[in-house]
Amino acid sequence: MANIPSARWTPASARAKKTLLSAWRLFAEVVLAGVLIVLAGFAGCASESPIAPGAQPQSFPREQVTKGAELAHLGNCLGCHTAQGGKPYAGGTPIKTPFGTIYGTNITPDADTGIGRWPLEAFTRALREGLDREGRHLYPAFPYDHFTKLTDEDIAALYAFLMTREPVRQENRTDKVPIPRAFVGVWKSRYFTPGAYQPDTARGAEWNRGAYLVQGLGHCGACHTPRNKLGAEEKNAAFAGGEVEGWHAPALNGSSPSPVPWTADALQSYLRRGIADLHAQSAGPMQEVTHDLSHASDEALRAIATYVVSLDTRGEDERRRHADAALERARKVKAMQGNAIYDGACADCHNRGRAEEGGALELPLGTALTVPTPRNLAYIIRDGIVPPEGERGPWMPAFAGMLTDGQLTDLLNYLRALSGEPAWPDVAREVRNITRGDQ
Amino acid sequence: MKLDVNGRLHEVDADPATPLLYVLREDLKLNGAKFGCGLGQCGACTVLADGEAIFSCLTPISVLQGRRITTVEGLGTVEKPGPMQRAFIDRQAAQCGYCIPGMMMRAQALLEKKPAASEAEIREALQPNLCRCGTHMRIVHAAVRAGELMRGKS
Repeated sequence: MANIPSARWTPASARAKKTLLSAWRLFAEVVLAGVLIVLAGFAGCASESPIAPGAQPQSFPREQVTKGAELAHLGNCLGCHTAQGGKPYAGGTPIKTPFGTIYGTNITPDADTGIGRWPLEAFTRALREGLDREGRHLYPAFPYDHFTKLTDEDIAALYAFLMTREPVRQENRTDKVPIPRAFVGVWKSRYFTPGAYQPDTARGAEWNRGAYLVQGLGHCGACHTPRNKLGAEEKNAAFAGGEVEGWHAPALNGSSPSPVPWTADALQSYLRRGIADLHAQSAGPMQEVTHDLSHASDEALRAIATYVVSLDTRGEDERRRHADAALERARKVKAMQGNAIYDGACADCHNRGRAEEGGALELPLGTALTVPTPRNLAYIIRDGIVPPEGERGPWMPAFAGMLTDGQLTDLLNYLRALSGEPAWPDVAREVRNITRGDQ
Repeated sequence: MKLDVNGRLHEVDADPATPLLYVLREDLKLNGAKFGCGLGQCGACTVLADGEAIFSCLTPISVLQGRRITTVEGLGTVEKPGPMQRAFIDRQAAQCGYCIPGMMMRAQALLEKKPAASEAEIREALQPNLCRCGTHMRIVHAAVRAGELMRGKS
């Protein structure tokens, strides 16, 4: 079943080295892209063989469906496969990428517009190899570079869960990506390594469980790992921080910008509740992830937290030094706050401490203050952090309209200074761009 | 410091960090905007600053120098209600009425920018404002009606 794409192209020794200047690298990538497109025609990468449609699926054991439901939350499947105000899993969600807009597809069991006629074999192949039932390459916005690590058992459970959802008749929208599907085949031969998760025998069961969930179904690297010009994750910079929908997804490794280094306890609690008082309140694209994870089991969250915290390879002493210094700085800063906007608009909640009702995240410790761009903080101040409609969750009011661009700029600069990090470059321009609605 | 409220300049003697709501209610005796939660969660205190809806309970007066503030009192009078107020009376949208000034101001912000806003857009815009009585259907109908009145429909 797991037929590896036959036309694998082995990278030559000319694989761009880390040390190359970015201009040379871009040139090399562009030339490579051209060569690869030409090669695509010869190499037969255009598509693979179709898998015949199956009968409408039967019933599944209850335990398998329940397990699939948790897995779907861990994989945040809803995030891309449910449009705002749309039916669950019926697709239509626009996903903006640097290459154009891709629309999440209908993965309800509707026979004609969903995956109702996809046998388990086709579903498995989509996750493992990035091919649809007809054998066409899927754009890697669908993170099969992660899902390829899934076990047969988990894939079957996800299948059972999806096939027991309400079938929704809704045609898929046409992607707006000016890249031929054949090129995706070539892209895959270069950047995509199929294969199940291989446990690290030097590590314990919990760590391996976490690594499997983070690298596989959770596809955390899809946002938290930087991507190259052709949209592939930089494998040698795994979890070093990436970009998504205009937001900065902070580094999860030793370069984590959290002033107080994360602990497994804090991270587990954050993933469950969407807030960790010394670190962050989840916002932007991460908000729906923590909302999804609030449904996951303690066991899964503990494993994820254990693995992610292990990515920070700084020694225990160094982490402790960072924590102590940050806490001391925060204490001093609180004693000398003086910005009129902060005092009037923010301090009432943010100086109160989480222990009290209405108390907010500890400032100036928040990660949004220490990431390399003011955008996250600007988005949070402007739009607030409002739980999905009808749901509960940590919350902050929107300050849109209250602050002028100039005042927002002053506040961002002030908060950045409080964090102890060097000033962000040209905050005023970023604020103007955000007000104009650019990403 | 000076505050421009409903087209009149007021000299205000208050700490710059004071939220606008307290200045409106206690110093200027404009009691239209209400104290609901004091956290920006309910919208009862909503007023306009340069046409944008803001939570007055969270906004320090220090950021409002030189900006145009409008409260529900600025939309019309008892004798001569403005289109938004007229519509809320016509549709009898108030139960206890506590949330209504905030609802009117948030709807006003939308309709000033987009007089032909659809019902769906009105519902979306009014999301931050809560009504404990549950008169949302009438509130939405009133806002739709206000849009019609503003567009000159009778």
